[in-house]
Amino acid sequence: MACQNSELLLPAYFDGELDLVRNIEFEEHLKSCPLCAQQLTELQSMRSSLRSANLYERAPESLRSRIRAALPAVARPQPIPMPRRRTFEWLAVAAAILIAVILGAKVLPNIGGDKQNLIAEEIVASHIRSLQPGHLYDVESTDQHTVKPWFDGKLDFAPPVVNLADQGFPLIGGRLDYVGHRDVAALVYQRQKHLINVFVWPEDSKPAKTPEVQTIQGYNLVFWSHNSMYFCAASDLNLAELRQFAQLLER
Amino acid sequence: MEEKRGSVQAGAFEQVVLPHLDAAYNLSRWLVRNTHDAEDIVQEAYLRAFKFFGGYQGGDSRAWVLKIVRNTSYTFLEKNRPADLSEEFDEKVHTDTAEQPGAEAALLQSADTRMVRDALAELPVNFREVIVLRELEGMSYKEIAEVMGKPIGTVMSGLARGRIQLRERLLQMRPEVHGKIRTKVSNEPPNEAEEQRGLPK
Repeated sequence: MACQNSELLLPAYFDGELDLVRNIEFEEHLKSCPLCAQQLTELQSMRSSLRSANLYERAPESLRSRIRAALPAVARPQPIPMPRRRTFEWLAVAAAILIAVILGAKVLPNIGGDKQNLIAEEIVASHIRSLQPGHLYDVESTDQHTVKPWFDGKLDFAPPVVNLADQGFPLIGGRLDYVGHRDVAALVYQRQKHLINVFVWPEDSKPAKTPEVQTIQGYNLVFWSHNSMYFCAASDLNLAELRQFAQLLER
Repeated sequence: MEEKRGSVQAGAFEQVVLPHLDAAYNLSRWLVRNTHDAEDIVQEAYLRAFKFFGGYQGGDSRAWVLKIVRNTSYTFLEKNRPADLSEEFDEKVHTDTAEQPGAEAALLQSADTRMVRDALAELPVNFREVIVLRELEGMSYKEIAEVMGKPIGTVMSGLARGRIQLRERLLQMRPEVHGKIRTKVSNEPPNEAEEQRGLPK
Protein backbone atom coordinates (compact mmCIF):
# COMPACT_ATOMS: atom_id res chain seq x y z
CA MET A 1 0.00 0.00 0.00
CA ALA A 2 1.43 3.30 -0.98
CA CYS A 3 1.29 6.06 1.59
CA GLN A 4 -0.21 9.19 0.15
CA ASN A 5 2.61 11.23 1.62
CA SER A 6 5.23 9.28 -0.23
CA GLU A 7 4.50 10.81 -3.60
CA LEU A 8 4.80 14.52 -2.93
CA LEU A 9 6.11 15.09 0.54
CA LEU A 10 8.75 12.40 0.69
CA PRO A 11 10.83 13.61 -2.28
CA ALA A 12 10.42 17.24 -1.23
CA TYR A 13 11.57 16.30 2.27
CA PHE A 14 14.48 14.32 0.87
CA ASP A 15 15.52 17.26 -1.33
CA GLY A 16 15.25 19.78 1.48
CA GLU A 17 12.41 21.64 -0.22
CA LEU A 18 9.93 21.62 2.68
CA ASP A 19 9.49 24.61 4.91
CA LEU A 20 10.33 24.24 8.58
CA VAL A 21 6.81 23.43 9.76
CA ARG A 22 6.13 20.81 7.10
CA ASN A 23 9.57 19.38 7.68
CA ILE A 24 8.81 18.77 11.33
CA GLU A 25 5.39 17.35 10.46
CA PHE A 26 6.90 14.98 7.97
CA GLU A 27 9.54 13.80 10.41
CA GLU A 28 6.72 12.98 12.80
CA HIS A 29 5.01 11.04 10.03
CA LEU A 30 8.19 9.12 9.25
CA LYS A 31 8.25 7.69 12.75
CA SER A 32 4.92 6.00 12.22
CA CYS A 33 5.13 5.08 8.52
CA PRO A 34 7.53 2.24 7.77
CA LEU A 35 6.83 2.53 4.05
CA CYS A 36 7.95 6.14 3.82
CA ALA A 37 10.89 5.36 6.07
CA GLN A 38 11.95 2.53 3.80
CA GLN A 39 11.58 4.61 0.64
CA LEU A 40 13.59 7.36 2.25
CA THR A 41 16.39 4.90 3.01
CA GLU A 42 16.33 3.80 -0.62
CA LEU A 43 16.54 7.37 -1.88
CA GLN A 44 19.44 7.99 0.47
CA SER A 45 21.20 4.85 -0.70
CA MET A 46 20.78 5.85 -4.30
CA ARG A 47 22.09 9.32 -3.63
CA SER A 48 25.11 7.98 -1.84
CA SER A 49 25.81 5.68 -4.81
CA LEU A 50 25.52 8.62 -7.19
CA ARG A 51 27.83 10.68 -5.02
CA SER A 52 30.50 8.06 -4.63
CA ALA A 53 30.49 7.27 -8.35
CA ASN A 54 32.18 10.60 -9.14
CA LEU A 55 29.92 11.32 -12.05
CA TYR A 56 30.61 15.04 -12.24
CA GLU A 57 32.38 15.83 -15.50
CA ARG A 58 34.69 18.78 -15.15
CA ALA A 59 35.52 20.94 -18.14
CA PRO A 60 38.92 20.13 -19.60
CA GLU A 61 41.48 22.92 -19.25
CA SER A 62 41.75 23.09 -23.04
CA LEU A 63 38.09 24.07 -23.31
CA ARG A 64 38.56 26.82 -20.74
CA SER A 65 41.43 28.33 -22.68
CA ARG A 66 39.61 27.91 -26.00
CA ILE A 67 36.69 29.92 -24.66
CA ARG A 68 38.89 32.54 -23.04
CA ALA A 69 40.73 32.96 -26.31
CA ALA A 70 37.51 33.31 -28.25
CA LEU A 71 36.01 35.98 -26.01
CA PRO A 72 37.94 39.17 -26.82
CA ALA A 73 37.66 38.23 -30.49
CA VAL A 74 33.91 38.30 -30.09
CA ALA A 75 34.08 41.52 -28.16
CA ARG A 76 35.71 43.44 -30.96
CA PRO A 77 33.77 42.70 -34.11
CA GLN A 78 30.44 42.63 -32.32
CA PRO A 79 30.48 45.05 -29.45
CA ILE A 80 27.43 44.58 -27.35
CA PRO A 81 25.01 47.03 -28.92
CA MET A 82 26.04 49.66 -26.46
CA PRO A 83 24.79 52.53 -28.31
CA ARG A 84 27.40 55.10 -28.95
CA ARG A 85 24.76 56.86 -30.96
CA ARG A 86 22.35 56.70 -28.11
CA THR A 87 24.92 58.35 -25.82
CA PHE A 88 25.28 61.14 -28.32
CA GLU A 89 21.55 61.49 -28.57
CA TRP A 90 21.36 61.87 -24.83
CA LEU A 91 24.23 64.27 -24.88
CA ALA A 92 22.51 66.23 -27.59
CA VAL A 93 19.28 66.32 -25.64
CA ALA A 94 21.12 67.29 -22.47
CA ALA A 95 23.10 69.95 -24.31
CA ALA A 96 19.95 71.36 -25.92
CA ILE A 97 18.25 71.62 -22.56
CA LEU A 98 21.31 73.21 -21.09
CA ILE A 99 21.48 75.83 -23.82
CA ALA A 100 17.78 76.51 -23.43
CA VAL A 101 18.27 76.94 -19.69
CA ILE A 102 21.21 79.28 -20.14
CA LEU A 103 19.43 81.37 -22.73
CA GLY A 104 16.18 81.39 -20.81
CA ALA A 105 17.26 81.90 -17.25
CA LYS A 106 20.59 83.55 -17.87
CA VAL A 107 21.56 82.94 -14.32
CA LEU A 108 22.42 79.53 -13.06
CA PRO A 109 25.06 79.72 -10.39
CA ASN A 110 25.84 76.06 -10.56
CA ILE A 111 26.94 76.01 -14.13
CA GLY A 112 30.66 76.01 -14.04
CA GLY A 113 33.33 75.05 -16.53
CA ASP A 114 32.75 73.01 -19.65
CA LYS A 115 34.39 69.98 -18.20
CA GLN A 116 31.99 69.87 -15.31
CA ASN A 117 29.00 70.16 -17.62
CA LEU A 118 30.26 67.40 -19.83
CA ILE A 119 30.76 65.19 -16.85
CA ALA A 120 27.33 65.99 -15.49
CA GLU A 121 25.83 65.13 -18.84
CA GLU A 122 27.82 61.95 -19.09
CA ILE A 123 26.65 60.99 -15.64
CA VAL A 124 23.03 61.58 -16.53
CA ALA A 125 23.51 59.56 -19.72
CA SER A 126 25.14 56.74 -17.76
CA HIS A 127 22.44 56.90 -15.13
CA ILE A 128 19.69 56.62 -17.73
CA ARG A 129 21.48 53.84 -19.55
CA SER A 130 21.91 51.92 -16.31
CA LEU A 131 18.14 51.93 -15.90
CA GLN A 132 17.67 50.13 -19.19
CA PRO A 133 17.21 46.38 -18.69
CA GLY A 134 20.36 44.48 -17.86
CA HIS A 135 22.67 47.43 -17.40
CA LEU A 136 22.23 48.24 -13.75
CA TYR A 137 24.98 46.18 -12.21
CA ASP A 138 27.82 43.83 -12.97
CA VAL A 139 27.81 42.54 -9.43
CA GLU A 140 24.51 42.18 -7.67
CA SER A 141 24.80 42.11 -3.92
CA THR A 142 23.59 43.87 -0.83
CA ASP A 143 26.83 42.96 0.89
CA GLN A 144 29.49 45.63 0.86
CA HIS A 145 32.08 42.91 1.44
CA THR A 146 31.08 41.35 -1.86
CA VAL A 147 30.76 44.54 -3.85
CA LYS A 148 34.00 46.17 -2.73
CA PRO A 149 36.34 43.26 -3.54
CA TRP A 150 34.59 42.86 -6.87
CA PHE A 151 36.28 46.07 -8.01
CA ASP A 152 39.72 44.69 -7.17
CA GLY A 153 41.87 44.60 -10.25
CA LYS A 154 39.26 46.39 -12.36
CA LEU A 155 40.07 49.92 -11.25
CA ASP A 156 43.24 51.74 -10.28
CA PHE A 157 41.64 52.77 -7.00
CA ALA A 158 39.51 51.16 -4.31
CA PRO A 159 36.12 52.85 -4.03
CA PRO A 160 34.67 53.07 -0.52
CA VAL A 161 31.57 50.87 -0.33
CA VAL A 162 29.10 51.02 2.54
CA ASN A 163 25.64 49.65 2.83
CA LEU A 164 23.11 52.16 4.14
CA ALA A 165 20.24 49.72 4.44
CA ASP A 166 19.66 50.68 8.06
CA GLN A 167 19.24 54.29 7.01
CA GLY A 168 16.78 53.37 4.27
CA PHE A 169 19.23 53.35 1.36
CA PRO A 170 20.12 49.70 0.75
CA LEU A 171 23.09 48.92 -1.47
CA ILE A 172 22.00 46.62 -4.30
CA GLY A 173 25.06 46.27 -6.50
CA GLY A 174 27.90 47.82 -8.40
CA ARG A 175 29.36 48.02 -11.87
CA LEU A 176 32.16 49.53 -13.85
CA ASP A 177 31.33 52.67 -15.74
CA TYR A 178 33.16 55.22 -17.81
CA VAL A 179 32.93 58.92 -17.07
CA GLY A 180 35.25 61.81 -17.91
CA HIS A 181 37.57 59.60 -19.95
CA ARG A 182 38.29 57.21 -17.16
CA ASP A 183 36.99 54.03 -15.54
CA VAL A 184 34.89 54.79 -12.52
CA ALA A 185 33.05 52.75 -9.95
CA ALA A 186 29.27 52.98 -10.01
CA LEU A 187 27.50 51.87 -6.84
CA VAL A 188 23.80 51.27 -6.99
CA TYR A 189 21.54 52.09 -4.06
CA GLN A 190 17.83 52.07 -3.67
CA ARG A 191 15.43 54.42 -1.93
CA GLN A 192 11.98 52.87 -2.04
CA LYS A 193 11.30 52.75 -5.79
CA HIS A 194 14.05 55.17 -6.72
CA LEU A 195 17.43 54.01 -7.86
CA ILE A 196 20.55 55.97 -7.03
CA ASN A 197 23.81 55.64 -8.91
CA VAL A 198 26.87 56.81 -7.05
CA PHE A 199 29.83 57.38 -9.35
CA VAL A 200 33.20 57.37 -7.61
CA TRP A 201 36.66 58.19 -8.84
CA PRO A 202 39.84 59.70 -7.39
CA GLU A 203 39.67 63.37 -6.57
CA ASP A 204 42.77 64.26 -8.59
CA SER A 205 40.89 63.74 -11.82
CA LYS A 206 37.80 65.65 -10.84
CA PRO A 207 36.82 68.75 -12.81
CA ALA A 208 38.23 72.06 -11.68
CA LYS A 209 34.97 73.85 -10.99
CA THR A 210 32.60 71.78 -9.01
CA PRO A 211 29.05 72.70 -8.12
CA GLU A 212 27.31 70.88 -5.34
CA VAL A 213 24.09 70.11 -7.07
CA GLN A 214 22.75 70.11 -10.56
CA THR A 215 19.53 69.06 -12.23
CA ILE A 216 19.54 67.74 -15.77
CA GLN A 217 16.50 66.29 -17.51
CA GLY A 218 14.74 65.97 -14.22
CA TYR A 219 17.58 63.99 -12.67
CA ASN A 220 19.24 65.39 -9.59
CA LEU A 221 22.97 65.23 -9.20
CA VAL A 222 24.86 65.84 -5.98
CA PHE A 223 28.64 66.18 -6.09
CA TRP A 224 31.11 66.04 -3.24
CA SER A 225 34.66 65.11 -2.34
CA HIS A 226 35.65 62.97 0.60
CA ASN A 227 38.89 61.25 1.59
CA SER A 228 40.50 62.12 -1.75
CA MET A 229 37.64 60.55 -3.69
CA TYR A 230 35.17 62.44 -5.83
CA PHE A 231 31.54 61.39 -5.73
CA CYS A 232 28.45 62.08 -7.74
CA ALA A 233 25.06 60.69 -6.75
CA ALA A 234 22.49 60.68 -9.56
CA SER A 235 18.83 59.89 -9.13
CA ASP A 236 15.27 60.91 -9.80
CA LEU A 237 14.94 61.07 -6.03
CA ASN A 238 14.09 64.53 -4.67
CA LEU A 239 17.04 66.74 -3.93
CA ALA A 240 16.50 66.87 -0.17
CA GLU A 241 16.66 63.11 0.23
CA LEU A 242 19.52 62.79 -2.21
CA ARG A 243 21.51 65.30 -0.17
CA GLN A 244 20.69 63.42 2.99
CA PHE A 245 21.96 60.26 1.30
CA ALA A 246 25.17 62.04 0.29
CA GLN A 247 25.71 63.15 3.89
CA LEU A 248 25.24 59.62 5.13
CA LEU A 249 27.83 58.37 2.66
CA GLU A 250 30.29 61.01 3.79
CA ARG A 251 30.31 59.75 7.33
CA MET B 1 34.52 54.03 -26.11
CA GLU B 2 33.01 51.06 -27.88
CA GLU B 3 36.17 49.06 -27.37
CA LYS B 4 36.08 50.11 -23.79
CA ARG B 5 32.51 48.91 -23.47
CA GLY B 6 33.44 45.65 -25.14
CA SER B 7 36.26 45.02 -22.70
CA VAL B 8 34.21 46.04 -19.69
CA GLN B 9 31.54 43.67 -20.89
CA ALA B 10 34.10 40.91 -21.39
CA GLY B 11 35.42 41.55 -17.88
CA ALA B 12 31.97 41.25 -16.33
CA PHE B 13 31.29 38.18 -18.42
CA GLU B 14 34.44 36.53 -17.13
CA GLN B 15 33.34 37.23 -13.58
CA VAL B 16 29.77 36.10 -13.93
CA VAL B 17 29.72 33.36 -16.54
CA LEU B 18 33.13 31.69 -16.78
CA PRO B 19 33.02 30.31 -13.21
CA HIS B 20 30.15 28.06 -14.31
CA LEU B 21 32.15 26.33 -17.00
CA ASP B 22 32.36 23.03 -15.10
CA ALA B 23 28.61 23.05 -14.54
CA ALA B 24 28.04 23.84 -18.22
CA TYR B 25 30.31 21.07 -19.38
CA ASN B 26 28.91 18.54 -16.93
CA LEU B 27 25.34 19.19 -18.07
CA SER B 28 26.14 19.08 -21.76
CA ARG B 29 28.36 16.02 -21.37
CA TRP B 30 25.51 14.12 -19.70
CA LEU B 31 22.93 15.33 -22.20
CA VAL B 32 24.84 14.39 -25.36
CA ARG B 33 26.96 11.60 -23.79
CA ASN B 34 30.06 12.45 -25.75
CA THR B 35 33.07 14.52 -24.74
CA HIS B 36 33.85 16.04 -28.15
CA ASP B 37 30.31 17.13 -28.86
CA ALA B 38 29.97 18.49 -25.32
CA GLU B 39 33.07 20.65 -25.76
CA ASP B 40 31.80 22.10 -29.03
CA ILE B 41 28.36 22.68 -27.59
CA VAL B 42 29.69 24.43 -24.50
CA GLN B 43 31.90 26.67 -26.60
CA GLU B 44 29.00 27.58 -28.84
CA ALA B 45 26.75 28.14 -25.82
CA TYR B 46 29.36 30.41 -24.24
CA LEU B 47 29.65 32.53 -27.34
CA ARG B 48 25.87 32.80 -27.42
CA ALA B 49 25.86 33.67 -23.72
CA PHE B 50 28.37 36.42 -24.43
CA LYS B 51 26.17 37.78 -27.18
CA PHE B 52 23.10 37.77 -24.94
CA PHE B 53 24.97 38.99 -21.89
CA GLY B 54 23.44 42.43 -22.24
CA GLY B 55 20.09 40.81 -21.52
CA TYR B 56 21.28 39.14 -18.33
CA GLN B 57 19.32 40.83 -15.56
CA GLY B 58 21.42 39.74 -12.64
CA GLY B 59 20.19 36.97 -10.37
CA ASP B 60 21.09 33.31 -10.62
CA SER B 61 23.91 33.33 -13.16
CA ARG B 62 24.45 29.56 -13.03
CA ALA B 63 20.84 28.89 -14.00
CA TRP B 64 21.10 31.55 -16.71
CA VAL B 65 24.17 29.91 -18.24
CA LEU B 66 22.86 26.38 -17.89
CA LYS B 67 19.64 27.33 -19.62
CA ILE B 68 21.62 28.42 -22.67
CA VAL B 69 23.79 25.28 -22.50
CA ARG B 70 20.72 23.10 -22.22
CA ASN B 71 19.03 24.73 -25.20
CA THR B 72 22.19 24.45 -27.28
CA SER B 73 22.51 20.77 -26.33
CA TYR B 74 18.90 20.06 -27.26
CA THR B 75 19.29 21.82 -30.59
CA PHE B 76 22.31 19.63 -31.24
CA LEU B 77 20.38 16.48 -30.38
CA GLU B 78 17.42 17.46 -32.53
CA LYS B 79 19.72 18.00 -35.46
CA ASN B 80 22.09 15.10 -35.04
CA ARG B 81 20.48 12.47 -32.87
CA PRO B 82 16.72 12.88 -32.88
CA ALA B 83 16.34 9.30 -31.66
CA ASP B 84 17.93 10.31 -28.35
CA LEU B 85 15.02 12.62 -27.72
CA SER B 86 12.30 10.04 -28.20
CA GLU B 87 13.69 7.38 -25.88
CA GLU B 88 11.05 6.19 -23.53
CA PHE B 89 10.38 3.11 -21.64
CA ASP B 90 8.07 1.15 -19.50
CA GLU B 91 7.28 3.03 -16.38
CA LYS B 92 5.49 0.27 -14.57
CA VAL B 93 7.17 -0.16 -11.28
CA HIS B 94 7.28 -2.76 -8.65
CA THR B 95 7.37 -1.52 -5.15
CA ASP B 96 6.76 -4.74 -3.31
CA THR B 97 9.59 -6.90 -4.49
CA ALA B 98 11.95 -6.95 -1.57
CA GLU B 99 11.65 -10.00 0.55
CA GLN B 100 13.48 -8.46 3.44
CA PRO B 101 12.97 -4.83 4.18
CA GLY B 102 16.12 -2.90 3.53
CA ALA B 103 17.47 -5.39 1.02
CA GLU B 104 16.97 -3.05 -1.91
CA ALA B 105 18.44 -0.13 -0.07
CA ALA B 106 21.54 -2.20 0.55
CA LEU B 107 21.70 -3.14 -3.12
CA LEU B 108 21.29 0.45 -4.23
CA GLN B 109 23.99 1.52 -1.87
CA SER B 110 26.43 -1.11 -3.05
CA ALA B 111 26.04 -0.33 -6.76
CA ASP B 112 29.50 0.19 -8.15
CA THR B 113 30.71 3.23 -10.07
CA ARG B 114 30.40 1.59 -13.45
CA MET B 115 26.83 0.47 -12.84
CA VAL B 116 25.70 3.85 -11.62
CA ARG B 117 27.30 5.61 -14.55
CA ASP B 118 25.68 3.25 -17.06
CA ALA B 119 22.31 3.39 -15.37
CA LEU B 120 22.28 7.19 -15.45
CA ALA B 121 23.55 7.33 -19.03
CA GLU B 122 20.77 4.99 -20.16
CA LEU B 123 17.96 7.10 -18.75
CA PRO B 124 15.85 9.00 -21.28
CA VAL B 125 17.29 12.46 -21.70
CA ASN B 126 14.50 14.36 -19.93
CA PHE B 127 14.91 12.27 -16.78
CA ARG B 128 18.68 12.20 -17.05
CA GLU B 129 18.89 15.98 -17.11
CA VAL B 130 16.72 16.50 -14.07
CA ILE B 131 18.75 13.94 -12.08
CA VAL B 132 22.02 15.51 -13.19
CA LEU B 133 20.84 18.98 -12.18
CA ARG B 134 19.52 17.80 -8.83
CA GLU B 135 22.01 15.16 -7.74
CA LEU B 136 25.23 16.22 -9.46
CA GLU B 137 24.74 19.96 -9.67
CA GLY B 138 22.81 20.19 -6.39
CA MET B 139 20.23 22.62 -7.73
CA SER B 140 16.91 23.39 -6.05
CA TYR B 141 13.60 22.63 -7.77
CA LYS B 142 13.25 26.30 -8.55
CA GLU B 143 16.66 26.55 -10.16
CA ILE B 144 16.07 23.41 -12.21
CA ALA B 145 12.73 24.83 -13.37
CA GLU B 146 14.54 27.95 -14.50
CA VAL B 147 17.15 25.98 -16.43
CA MET B 148 14.53 23.82 -18.12
CA GLY B 149 12.07 26.65 -18.66
CA LYS B 150 9.34 24.48 -17.18
CA PRO B 151 7.08 24.69 -14.14
CA ILE B 152 8.26 23.28 -10.81
CA GLY B 153 5.57 20.60 -11.00
CA THR B 154 7.17 19.24 -14.15
CA VAL B 155 10.55 19.20 -12.43
CA MET B 156 9.13 17.28 -9.47
CA SER B 157 7.37 14.68 -11.57
CA GLY B 158 10.40 14.30 -13.84
CA LEU B 159 12.62 13.83 -10.82
CA ALA B 160 10.27 11.27 -9.28
CA ARG B 161 10.01 9.27 -12.49
CA GLY B 162 13.71 9.56 -13.18
CA ARG B 163 14.53 8.24 -9.73
CA ILE B 164 12.16 5.32 -10.12
CA GLN B 165 13.74 4.40 -13.42
CA LEU B 166 17.24 4.80 -12.07
CA ARG B 167 16.37 2.59 -9.14
CA GLU B 168 14.87 -0.05 -11.42
CA ARG B 169 17.94 -0.03 -13.61
CA LEU B 170 20.32 -0.33 -10.71
CA LEU B 171 18.37 -3.23 -9.31
CA GLN B 172 18.14 -4.84 -12.74
CA MET B 173 21.87 -4.93 -12.92
CA ARG B 174 21.75 -7.63 -10.27
CA PRO B 175 19.88 -10.33 -12.17
CA GLU B 176 21.31 -13.08 -9.99
CA VAL B 177 19.43 -11.66 -7.06
CA HIS B 178 16.33 -10.21 -8.60
CA GLY B 179 15.94 -12.06 -11.87
CA LYS B 180 12.94 -13.99 -10.65
CA ILE B 181 10.83 -11.20 -9.39
CA ARG B 182 11.73 -8.28 -11.54
CA THR B 183 10.29 -7.67 -14.95
CA LYS B 184 12.48 -6.38 -17.70
CA VAL B 185 12.47 -2.77 -18.62
CA SER B 186 11.39 -2.56 -22.21
CA ASN B 187 10.32 -0.11 -24.80
CA GLU B 188 6.96 -1.77 -25.23
CA PRO B 189 3.87 -0.26 -23.73
CA PRO B 190 3.06 -1.84 -20.40
CA ASN B 191 0.84 -4.82 -20.47
CA GLU B 192 -1.50 -4.53 -17.55
CA ALA B 193 -2.54 -8.17 -17.40
CA GLU B 194 1.00 -9.43 -17.41
CA GLU B 195 2.03 -6.86 -14.88
CA GLN B 196 -0.68 -7.95 -12.53
CA ARG B 197 0.20 -11.58 -12.78
CA GLY B 198 3.82 -10.66 -12.25
CA LEU B 199 4.95 -12.65 -15.29
CA PRO B 200 8.27 -11.81 -16.80
CA LYS B 201 7.92 -10.37 -20.27
